[in-house]
Amino acid sequence: MGLMSQPIRRTEDKRFITGRGRYVDDVKMEGAAIGYALRSPYAHARILSIDTEAAKTMPGVIGIIVGSELEAAGIGHLGAAFPASMLKNRDGTPRVDGDRALLTVDYVRYVGEPVAFVVAESQNAAKDAAEQILVDYEELPAVGLIDEAVAPGAPLVWPQAKGNIAVDWEQGDEAATETAFAKAAHITRIDLVNNRVVVNSMEARGAAGRFDKETGHYELFVTSQGAHPIADTIAKRILKIPQERLRVITPDVGGGFGLKMSTFAEYPLVLIASERFGMPVKWMSERTEAFQSDSHGRDLKSHAEMAFDAEGRILAYRVCTDFNLGAYGLGFGPGIQNIIPMFVVGGVYKVPVLHNYVRAVLTNTVPVEAYRGAGRPEAAYIIERIMDLAAREMGLGQDEIRLRNFIQSHEMPYRSYVGALIDSGDFQRNLHDCLKQADWAGFPARRAESEKRGKLRGRGMAYYIEKTAGGASAVDISFTEAGRVEVGVGTSAHGQGHETTFAAIVADKLGVPFESIDLIQGDSIRAPHGGGTGGSRSLWNSGNGILKAADAVIDKGREVAAALLDTSIDQVTFDDGAFRAQSSNRFLPLLEVAEAARSGTKLPAELNERLEKGLNSSGTHDEKGDTFPNGCHICEIEIDPETGKVAVISYDVVDDFGFVLNPLIVAGQVHGGVAQGIGQALMENCLYEPGTAQLLSGSFMDYTMPRADDLPSFGFTYNEILCTTNPLGIKGCGEAGTVGAAPAVMNAVLDALWDKGVREVDMPMTALRVWETLQRAMGG
Amino acid sequence: MVGTVSVAFSVNGRDVKAKVEPRTLLVTFLRENLGLTGTHVGCDTSQCGACCVLLDGRSVKSCTILAVQADGASVTTIEGLGTPEKLHPMQIAFNENHGLQCGFCTPGMIMSAVDFAQGNAEPTPDQVREWLEGNICRCTGYHNIVASVEAGARAMAKA
Repeated sequence: MGLMSQPIRRTEDKRFITGRGRYVDDVKMEGAAIGYALRSPYAHARILSIDTEAAKTMPGVIGIIVGSELEAAGIGHLGAAFPASMLKNRDGTPRVDGDRALLTVDYVRYVGEPVAFVVAESQNAAKDAAEQILVDYEELPAVGLIDEAVAPGAPLVWPQAKGNIAVDWEQGDEAATETAFAKAAHITRIDLVNNRVVVNSMEARGAAGRFDKETGHYELFVTSQGAHPIADTIAKRILKIPQERLRVITPDVGGGFGLKMSTFAEYPLVLIASERFGMPVKWMSERTEAFQSDSHGRDLKSHAEMAFDAEGRILAYRVCTDFNLGAYGLGFGPGIQNIIPMFVVGGVYKVPVLHNYVRAVLTNTVPVEAYRGAGRPEAAYIIERIMDLAAREMGLGQDEIRLRNFIQSHEMPYRSYVGALIDSGDFQRNLHDCLKQADWAGFPARRAESEKRGKLRGRGMAYYIEKTAGGASAVDISFTEAGRVEVGVGTSAHGQGHETTFAAIVADKLGVPFESIDLIQGDSIRAPHGGGTGGSRSLWNSGNGILKAADAVIDKGREVAAALLDTSIDQVTFDDGAFRAQSSNRFLPLLEVAEAARSGTKLPAELNERLEKGLNSSGTHDEKGDTFPNGCHICEIEIDPETGKVAVISYDVVDDFGFVLNPLIVAGQVHGGVAQGIGQALMENCLYEPGTAQLLSGSFMDYTMPRADDLPSFGFTYNEILCTTNPLGIKGCGEAGTVGAAPAVMNAVLDALWDKGVREVDMPMTALRVWETLQRAMGG
Repeated sequence: MVGTVSVAFSVNGRDVKAKVEPRTLLVTFLRENLGLTGTHVGCDTSQCGACCVLLDGRSVKSCTILAVQADGASVTTIEGLGTPEKLHPMQIAFNENHGLQCGFCTPGMIMSAVDFAQGNAEPTPDQVREWLEGNICRCTGYHNIVASVEAGARAMAKA
């Protein structure tokens, strides 16, 4: 039996459960100094002067770098990953990203922006010295919240961005949507806040770098979701050196969730410091530092309207969103609420026409970039909240309104109004399965039982869809002298278990022992160039790429085997890990053929010459066609009206991820994603103070992370409806849990409070907010 | 310059003597002085539990005590619990039940779980969840961690 589709236990676990994982903070560099970033305490200020003289004389201090020195040295700046041409204003004018130096020179624009980089013999010495740096700030008015930033006369983050709008964008047809709304039998309207969250991978960001002055080469160890994008940015944009002079290595990574896609200032800074001071330099973020210097997620406000006919069928949909970009447009930030989710705005429904208008708002806060799902959870949140509300207003069941509007499986491939080509799916089946799994029909009895105990019970449903794929990169399969199979990929796991899943594909496809396979990833020199891991695309990319590379191995292998078995190529077949001569019963295992091709001793010279690298082969899955993971979430909660506390009683998911390669790992991805959605819906909240844009939630003491006793165990099953646009038939599973969870939880909370007269609920529904909402609704 | 003080304790069965700055945290001493990097630092407010070790058999957050406070004690870190060749039952349970993804919180989770399981051979999921309140995981949603701790506790009782 093959390994694919089996719940294989992870091979990488062995080092993690024994403390032998090697994260960036564990990288030992002989004689390394410690870097520490001095950060702005103000949200907006002009820097009049920076005096480092006293700090430089502190014990253990090696040196201090300030922004003006970097400017003088011609060091480049950070920037957005979205090219200017991909996202412009509606009137064709360029968007405003601002200009972000590694260390700011003249202005600080958010609390936590780095101002100086101290290098010392120890972390404590560096911190002590940083306290002695005298920065003369002239404080300026600041805006941290969307409403503050778009208010008339608001202080500007960037003078060239009028009204603090970095870019405005639209999709769909405004006039046609208006016409459709005029014919509506019912219109549902909703205003929603999608709260700001802090990514909080358990391993914070960090980097260790060294410069070799003999060779002029730089080496950077960095915790990331992909070594190549960071190597590209630093070499091309910041240090302005040939790519081959920089090697970026990503060791084990303690979670990413979108945060570790981007290049942050401290990464090139450790290299610059190493070159300048003549020793390796390591920088490791502390948690409190992470809260103010990591990119944040979400933070948007939307108004949405849905027009229905008399039977509850959607006629048109319109959405208007402002999202907080922070002080700079960095990484994928500018495109997260417009370009990235544009194909899933209409959800799983037949929406004949829509209009979606989105503005990116600059504020004096840390830049907002990707967080698990990046725009798609936000889109799902809006449409699944409005569908829930519409059902209530029209007196339809939560299941009924969805069933009436679903795109049907027999209509697929289905081209949606916004241009998505949904290849496959069976939304009705997943919904029906989830109703059964969650015992939807038994809810009234459970609610009555809760009521007897004085508790308010609610149930919520959400049906999400995502779009994943893209970012093709090569897979290299090579055979070593030691008989091992090395698989190089441009994706980069940071918890997803690729060492196990990718090896399973190679083992099945080539018939080589699972244990003989080594994954090469996260290395800008050794691994093939790729965009890293993010956006639930790694199996699409590397998994399908492995199939192609393996096919190339087999093709070459047949030729070599033919020579070795003294027969013609068309007489050689490959199955079960061996090349077989049809004319005789002779066969050769693939690894033997690979070794013969590698050493070349038994092969004709002509063949040796042609197979320069033996059986080593590359393959890239670059076929067009997206995947549309989708599924039904049902959440049941209970509220204690005395305290306002929301307890998640049960949580059920029925997903469609196409072919499921490893059910154990897929379930883990869903569990973790759902937990992040529940966290955002009920507890997590990143707050900036109105008026000052001071960060109020700056540590785990005042930012609530979901803990084991906040969550239930999850019910998770799936239907394997194969994706038709990639050979493996897979659909991306990494972000899905997060995409569906927040609306399911919030719909359940509203359901519990509805009979008390509550009509509006916004995330996070903390105990305090639930209690206050109840008091208001009951006239208290 | 700050002075140093002498400490002597046992780490993973090995006697350790050193002179440390009094402000040195136990986690810093384990990671920097002894190179035991399996114990992780995930926060600076004693919230996340990634740094859990056993101190005389009981789990403590090693960022919350000073190295000098461990003087005379016996410390067990994740490296001392089991080896890749001879895994501890709790380590096996985490692998079997997919109780980890990125692995960063895992050493702290396992050390905390070992302490819990010593007195709880047949814990309920609710008991496990309540105990793990001091350990934060961002990847797993805890579902499989709870399953791992339940299985590990049973296995430890049988071992």
